[in-house]
Amino acid sequence: MLRVALRGLLGRKLRAVLTALAVILGVAMISGTFVLTDTINKAFDSLFTDSYAGTDVVITGAQAFETDFGQPPPFEESLFEEVQEVDGVDAAVRGITDFAQLTDKDGGPITTGGAPTLGFGLDAENPAFERFNPLVLVDGEWPVGASEVAIDPGTANDEGYVVGDTIGVRARGPVEDFEIVGIAKFGSVDSIGGATVAYFSIEEAQVLFEKDGRLDGIQIAAEAGTSASELISRIEPILPEQTEAVTGEEQAQEDSSDVEEFTSFIQYFLLAFGGIALFVGAFVIFNTLSITVAQRTREFATLRTLGGSRQQVLGSVIVEAFVIGFLASVVGLFLGLLLALGLNAVFVEFGIDLPTSGTVFATRTIVVSLIVGTLVTVLAGIVPALRATRVAPIAAVREGATPPAGRFAKFAPLFTVLMVAAALALVLVGMFSNALGTGLALGLIGLGVVLLFVGVALVSARLVGPIAAVVGTVSVRIGGTPGRLARDNATRNPGRTASTAAALMIGLTLVTFVAVIAEGLTSSVRDAIDEQLSADYAIVSEDGFTPFEPGVDSTLASEETLTVSPVRGENARALIDSSTGQGAVDAQLTGIDPATITSAYAFAWDEGSDATAASLGETDAVVERNFAEDNGLRVGGTFQIQGPSGDQVELTVAGIYDAPEFWGMLGEVSVPIDTFDGLIDGPRNLYTLLLAEGGASEATTMELAQLLAVDFPGIEIDTQSDFKDRFEQNVSQFLNLLFVLLALSVIVSLFGMVNTLILSVFERTRELGMLRAVGMTRRQARRMIRHESVITALIGAAIGIPLGVGLAAIITVRLSDQGFAFSVPWDKIVIFAIVAVIAGILAAVFPARRAARLNVLRALQYE
Amino acid sequence: MTQTLADRPSFDADTTAVAAHEVARRFGEGDTAVDALQGVELSVPIGQFTAVMGPSGSGKSTLMHILAGLDRPTTGTVTIAGHEVTALGDRQLTLLRREHVGFIFQFFNLLPMLTAEENLTLPLRLAGDKVDDDWTQELLEKVGLTDRRKHRPSELSGGQQQRVAIARALVNRPTILFADEPTGNLDSRTGEDILRLLRDSVDTYKQTTLMVTHEPRAAAMADRILFLADGRIVRDVGRSSATDVLAVMEELART
Repeated sequence: MLRVALRGLLGRKLRAVLTALAVILGVAMISGTFVLTDTINKAFDSLFTDSYAGTDVVITGAQAFETDFGQPPPFEESLFEEVQEVDGVDAAVRGITDFAQLTDKDGGPITTGGAPTLGFGLDAENPAFERFNPLVLVDGEWPVGASEVAIDPGTANDEGYVVGDTIGVRARGPVEDFEIVGIAKFGSVDSIGGATVAYFSIEEAQVLFEKDGRLDGIQIAAEAGTSASELISRIEPILPEQTEAVTGEEQAQEDSSDVEEFTSFIQYFLLAFGGIALFVGAFVIFNTLSITVAQRTREFATLRTLGGSRQQVLGSVIVEAFVIGFLASVVGLFLGLLLALGLNAVFVEFGIDLPTSGTVFATRTIVVSLIVGTLVTVLAGIVPALRATRVAPIAAVREGATPPAGRFAKFAPLFTVLMVAAALALVLVGMFSNALGTGLALGLIGLGVVLLFVGVALVSARLVGPIAAVVGTVSVRIGGTPGRLARDNATRNPGRTASTAAALMIGLTLVTFVAVIAEGLTSSVRDAIDEQLSADYAIVSEDGFTPFEPGVDSTLASEETLTVSPVRGENARALIDSSTGQGAVDAQLTGIDPATITSAYAFAWDEGSDATAASLGETDAVVERNFAEDNGLRVGGTFQIQGPSGDQVELTVAGIYDAPEFWGMLGEVSVPIDTFDGLIDGPRNLYTLLLAEGGASEATTMELAQLLAVDFPGIEIDTQSDFKDRFEQNVSQFLNLLFVLLALSVIVSLFGMVNTLILSVFERTRELGMLRAVGMTRRQARRMIRHESVITALIGAAIGIPLGVGLAAIITVRLSDQGFAFSVPWDKIVIFAIVAVIAGILAAVFPARRAARLNVLRALQYE
Repeated sequence: MTQTLADRPSFDADTTAVAAHEVARRFGEGDTAVDALQGVELSVPIGQFTAVMGPSGSGKSTLMHILAGLDRPTTGTVTIAGHEVTALGDRQLTLLRREHVGFIFQFFNLLPMLTAEENLTLPLRLAGDKVDDDWTQELLEKVGLTDRRKHRPSELSGGQQQRVAIARALVNRPTILFADEPTGNLDSRTGEDILRLLRDSVDTYKQTTLMVTHEPRAAAMADRILFLADGRIVRDVGRSSATDVLAVMEELART
């Protein structure tokens, strides 16, 4: 029986290959994701391990909690001398870590697309430097003097910099010119994920980053015979507050685990798309196997008459699915290696440049890819296999015998309705029940959506007729008789057409869904900005969200026609019950300028007025309403706010205002800038809001843009509408990334359509021969197949697009209390429908050629 | 409908291969109902070559389907080798086929992906029985395909394919072999060869065979010929010449 299954597979190679393609792509996505993220992790791992190779102990500033952009506080340089006196310390070097924006040869900012612009201070003149140094000098020498810099080879190559060139560096203040004295790389890595790296002498770095007499780190090597942990216990007594000592190994691990958090997010993100592609692939497999089972009715019946049992028939189809699934998974596994490169390229294209070195092909990748791919195929094959078991032996002798419906067939409509209802219930419960944890809620929603797709695919068999009648009208008009035949062919076997269309439907649903959500997102943000921003201009960093050095403020303030209102931002913690320190909640802290904020930001006061903000005292805070309600804060109430350094300040609530929940420009707690700067090391701005005399004008915009471009490359000036556009650009960039990834599942469904068409052509060989014999031209035959394909694709679109809009509407309702608006991007939806038509045309190319090439005589004799 | 043991035809499983008792088969319902068989009574002794003849629509194919357990009668019982086929479930029917039934089809029904030899041994493999190489060899020789054993059906002529099918039907030494228009898809010379082969297997192996045909020449090979008309056995004759068979057919066509 095994032989029957295997030989059968060999006898239908083309079909098997097309079916396998549906699995291959999904598996490749899974395998590629693992390979990519494993490789990135390993690259970072070795990077960090190299960084601390010669280091036994690291001293750094300690933070009370982690922040998104904040750095640990620097410590007094005197510690460096003290540490060297500690028994067992063999050598030590100083370090400074910060951020520095570099400029290209035209003075513009070198963009990194979200990757950091790192700046380091190197203790190059220290005799022990080489012992600790993970860097390799590619050219030139280490920076030791003032205005000297070394840069990474990636940046040097991209921008055409060589040793001896002048480069602009912007740290705290305006941009300054530096001479490139060296080019240095991290071990074997040319570029760390698109980041720019600048190296300075310690002294220069201290000036540049305003860390006079302070350091960010000390690396220590122990004397032979002294262990790292021993050394730490000896160093700890002399450590000042807000510093900590860990082993080099621990530090390397900590650094890589931060990175792994990020890569594991990427991993889940990409795996989700692999899963979607596999799910679509399952539809394709189900459909292909269903059709082949129907076409092999006589064969199964013959097996039954020869003594084959139902189990054996079942087994032969399952084995076939298993073999296809397994082989496809193996191919997909290796294709994943290539796809990893492709994915990396996609990420680079969208500005997420990740370091890679030496591809990692883990056992886990192999096991998961093979099992998942095989399992999905076998599961998709179960229903067709059961259908094959219902083939009665008498079909061996009777022409055109169709397998009887299963025992439960009469319940099918009821079952379908129940399934759709259950699916919707799951989605709604997952979305609206507040009692569930996030994981469970997402699980329910995911399961619900999967069931919904299956249910809708089952229902859609009944929709094929009506939809085909509508979209077929066009086919009849432009395709003439072949168009009419195409429409009739599409409705001939509604179940088959429906499940073929369903594969495409899934992709279109998801694409529509994300497009609608993105549209809602941007329109919500636009509304939120309109409500809040009353300034003429907002100064922001290039990506619009990374905080930037406030040095720009003083330059702007020197312009007499401008009112400058900087807004600082940092993660902080609020301790509501300050006596116990319990009840610490995360709070976004913003520092505002009381004198100017009310003209730049439109407060919607609940309690208080613009006068409250204008007269905000040193320990006063303006609090956002939800935060106040959640934490039981009233005007006059007090709470502690804690910065990342651990410092605390007691604040009194002076006013409560209502911010658009979806996109508040200020943090939950706002304090005067001075208070903010006292609490936060290296304070930075979220934006600097500007009011110009006479409002925004083209001339002012130009003037400001020039001012910034010269002294502050990488900082941008936005009018109100630019500010809104900037967010929209970010969203649409992410949206495009999603589209690229979802395209994979659309391609899988395309294979499904090709498959169905080829099988239909094969099935109708005799009929096609007859049509050709009575005068259908090859052209007309091709046209007929093409129209059938387009009609099928449009059925998928006609169901998928409304479904996507519907799902987005449900989410919108869920998020409506957070100010999320519902908005349909009609232009995109028209494009999706056109994509469906193109998909239909593409899918038909090969099958149509086959149909047109049929030898009329042989086709007529075909049995 | 309900039958007691006493109603059943008495026969000896040692001498009777297949028997039908009061078999009726109705297709469809109400106005469009067609009675394909109306009370057929039949017993085929072991070792006999029986031909079932009749004009199209006479019910001869339906009779064979029901005797072979492929279809169920509306009323009546069928027994193969003492087992009441009409009372068996799908699983038992499968086991019965493995042990007692062989099939030859009008369109050969070979599995296209298997070689001649693999097709031949398929029933044994399906049953999980050991393949007896000597027996396989003998059958291949008997049907004259020893040198074509590795060929696929598509590489064989129609006659050769049917010979493979005959060997396949014989391989499990069935109690009864059903042949459904075995020459219907072959030219007359090739058909002749096939019929001789069937006759030969009856003579050599005492292979009980029941053949449905509409060709008098085919029927003339049989030991016994049943004529069906309107769902009833109207004649039951012994070995006859093709001319006699034709005469009976014409006579039946006139009435």
